[in-house]
Amino acid sequence: MEALDLARWQFGITTVYHFIFVPLTIGLSLLVAIMHTRAVFAKDVQRKDAWTRMTKFFGSMLIVNFGIGIATGIVQEFQFGMNWSEYSRFVGDVFGAPLALEGLAAFFLESVFLGLWIFGWGKMPEKIHLLTIWAVAIGTMASAYFIIAANSFMQHPVGAMLNPETGRAELDPSQGSIFAVLTNVTTLAAFPHVISGAWLVAGAFLTGVASWHMVKHHRAAREAGLETPEGEEQHRAARDLYRPVVRFGVIAMFVSAIVLVVSGDFQAQIMFRQQPMKMASAEALCETETGASFSILSVGGPDAFATDCDGVTHLIEVPYVTSFLATHTLDATLQGVDDLNAQYKEQFGETAVNIHGEEVAVDYRPNLFVTYWSFRLMMGLAAFSGILAFWALWVTRGKGEHARTTGSKAFQWFAVLAIPMPFLANSAGWVFTEIGRQPWVVHPNPDDPTVRLMTLQGVSNHPSAMVITSLVAFTLVYGVLAVIWFRMMQKAALKGAPLPQRDPDTDELDTPTLSFDY
Amino acid sequence: MDTMLDPTVLQTLWFALIAFFFLGYFVLEGFDFGVQMNVAAFWRRGVGARGTVLKTIGPVWDGNEVWVITGGALLFAAFPEWYATLFSGFYLALLLLLLVLIVRVCAFKWREKHDSDRWRTSWDVVHVIGGFAPALLWGVAFSNIVAGVAIDEHHWVTTSLLGLLNPFALLGGLVFVLLFWLHGTLYLTLKVDGPLREASHRLAGVLVWPTIVAGAAYLLWFQLAHSNSWLTLIPVAIAAVALVAVVPLGRARREGLAFIATTTAITAATISLFGGLFPYVMPASNDPANSLTVANASSTEHTLTVMLVALAILMPIVIAYTIWTYRVFRHRITDEDSPAPGAGLVEKAKQSYRDAFEQG
Ligand code: HDD
Ligand code: HEM
Ligand code: HEM
Repeated sequence: MEALDLARWQFGITTVYHFIFVPLTIGLSLLVAIMHTRAVFAKDVQRKDAWTRMTKFFGSMLIVNFGIGIATGIVQEFQFGMNWSEYSRFVGDVFGAPLALEGLAAFFLESVFLGLWIFGWGKMPEKIHLLTIWAVAIGTMASAYFIIAANSFMQHPVGAMLNPETGRAELDPSQGSIFAVLTNVTTLAAFPHVISGAWLVAGAFLTGVASWHMVKHHRAAREAGLETPEGEEQHRAARDLYRPVVRFGVIAMFVSAIVLVVSGDFQAQIMFRQQPMKMASAEALCETETGASFSILSVGGPDAFATDCDGVTHLIEVPYVTSFLATHTLDATLQGVDDLNAQYKEQFGETAVNIHGEEVAVDYRPNLFVTYWSFRLMMGLAAFSGILAFWALWVTRGKGEHARTTGSKAFQWFAVLAIPMPFLANSAGWVFTEIGRQPWVVHPNPDDPTVRLMTLQGVSNHPSAMVITSLVAFTLVYGVLAVIWFRMMQKAALKGAPLPQRDPDTDELDTPTLSFDY
Repeated sequence: MDTMLDPTVLQTLWFALIAFFFLGYFVLEGFDFGVQMNVAAFWRRGVGARGTVLKTIGPVWDGNEVWVITGGALLFAAFPEWYATLFSGFYLALLLLLLVLIVRVCAFKWREKHDSDRWRTSWDVVHVIGGFAPALLWGVAFSNIVAGVAIDEHHWVTTSLLGLLNPFALLGGLVFVLLFWLHGTLYLTLKVDGPLREASHRLAGVLVWPTIVAGAAYLLWFQLAHSNSWLTLIPVAIAAVALVAVVPLGRARREGLAFIATTTAITAATISLFGGLFPYVMPASNDPANSLTVANASSTEHTLTVMLVALAILMPIVIAYTIWTYRVFRHRITDEDSPAPGAGLVEKAKQSYRDAFEQG
């Protein structure tokens, strides 16, 4: 394999890996902040106790997850220089700015305040301590905003021009400069989509984990008999401790689903204008079509997708949907991949000069097999969260004395099965976005296509052996850490929160302190 | 050639700001590295004592590390050529550094997440590596930056990993290790109590001597062979005086002042390295015309202005809450601080808040 392909694999692996943990951090820090708020402001002792326990329970998993998110993030920061040095030279003037803003405005905030939250219990007033977890949550969202602004510049460069003398992109004050970069429509559309994707992850995580324990305690209560003290304690754990969290997770999933669909729909509209090739690739639409349908299932191996579309058969199709996605009209004409390829070749040339000064042929079509299926996985996998949300809502219906819990094993297992799905949907979304942009690393803006760079022009000048070394090293270390991370999360999740005990003399609850034994 | 060595005011200011971020990183993360090295020094005292040692930096190391992350990003924004050449050119060294930094973060966050001494001991090994290796690697990297490496006309580094391991750079690595170790040990004398405090005190008294010798040799070598200005003699002298001052201050048990002395030494050494590098950022040892300089490696004046404004607004806020954090966690860590599992009725929690209030 060439160094270019290896560098792409390395970037893809490390970045997708980073983004497995990131959505959980973003979503969970917000949800934990909300739970902590409910604990602090709870009127009765019982509720304060329950929410404190849940804050600590999920907070401790948040910390485990934060660790690996930070560790893998450090690599991201330096990777552009390592393997994409020519890219870094080309865009540094513009692209470095949002990265630096992310460090200044977000990374300091989340790191410093996470330390304060973990260790600060008892060292400052309760409400100030509460603010520290909110600072963390805001920090993670700010970080997402700036990094997405950087990424959006690669999808749709704005606020910059090409300096013909240096051959590099430069921030251009006459086009709005950094403000244009930070208010890129591509950013404004992607930010709510990514953030709500993170809420979906965290919502499903909360509901999944809490449901597991709710069912467990419900069954234990039945076994012990509701009249016995043991049964009553178990029943309370199911109803007062975990059931509220199950429902809280459901709310998070509903909110995120609405934002996801609305923002995703908006993204498709602008994608059709900014990157028509990606829209066509999402449907593997080879020929230009009017009133293009949306296929749910197609057959044909990777080769059939890659070479031409003759080998691809759409089995189930919903008429007009792709056209509707792209423009909100049923009979819009969508250009096919082949026509677009011909147009691009005319506009940008049949060949490009790589970093060694050699002319190489270019094909402007991304890998259709990957784009087609990743787009469907992104939307399809979310169905699990939908089912989980409605099912959980149904089994926990009722209020006050009639609030229900359930002992259903089927529900318990489905809840756990549904946890990883939104993680995978997020990865699929990024794979789609990033592969669909190829062969560009900076996709030309259709209004002013001068600022553009191909992936093959952005790579560093490294021998393959060197890139293989780092690829293998990262993959191995990441593999080991993934196993440890999974085991720790699993253990923490299964352990559950310690059940409340009453002091028989004073009748007080032993509400835990939040210190994390860290 | 001349314009290449003639930076604008803004470019020079940005060079100083990059130096400032590395300075912040070395001073703050420097004692974190040193504290982790002491996990090795105090190994025999057992898992619990090692935990106490690590707890002294528990709340702050993460924020300290962000200095280099943000510094790297600012390098990207202000000097893209430097960023690109440095990190692609020092590829394998950077790879090693990144791998160590990754597992080091996990050691901090995960050590206490599983109640078993074997588990903690394994992460303690990682802590030891996570203290020594980055200090060594940063020393080697910085020495090579100031001494220069071979760079071709595309600004691609052609020196191999083995070429980076020259005597000057290895001495630099050693100095970084010793200096941070001493710095971290003095930090411990301020943050722990009882036998650990005594042990740290004794260790610092031993460490200071090799640090003085190696540090003096390194800075003199740098000054004579690689510095571009005789003016850097001033910070070199300050660093020397500060280091020597650690000896009497330590003996007099002025722990705070001794820590300020190593802070001063690190500051002065960093200033002399960056000062001696100027107006280059990566001198080419093969052909000076291929060098990267403050003038030819930077972003446009417009980008530099934009980033300066952003920095001026955001950095004071960061510094303010960082200082607040150190105030909140200013107390010494004693072994009793480790909360017993399950301890604490409502009253206890309320009491701790009350205490916090009264402490201000
Ligand atoms: C949508 C969100 C998002 C995306 C697309 C990325 N990250 Fe990330 N990153 C985060 C959201 C995030 C976060 C939620 O803010 C993290 C995860 C865990 C954490 O502590 O912060 C984080 C951590 C994190 C850290 C460690 C920060 C610290 O020490 O506190 C660095 C250096 C980066 N990231 C850098 C990057 C780079 C260079 C990316 C692009 C390739 C990238 N991240 C993609
Ligand atoms: C966290 C979410 C992200 C994921 C999962 C992701 C995934 C990917 C994948 C799979 C590729 C490989 C495409 C290919 O080689 O065909 C890629 C390429 C790339 N991405 Fe992203 N990406 C993410 C975010 C970002 C961000 C935020 C940036 C920039 C700020 C970025 C910059 C790049 C660059 C420079 C490449 C070029 C290398 C290449 O084409 O392989 N990515 N990304
Ligand atoms: C009906 C629902 C959805 C629609 C219509 C939709 C649409 C889109 C579109 C058009 C893009 C590409 C944007 C571009 O490259 O310009 C995208 C990207 C993405 N999607 Fe979705 N999506 C949906 C559901 C989801 C779900 C459920 C998730 C995850 C839980 C998700 C996560 C992502 C991610 C992480 C990206 C990449 C980042 C970005 O470009 O914003 N999406 N989505």
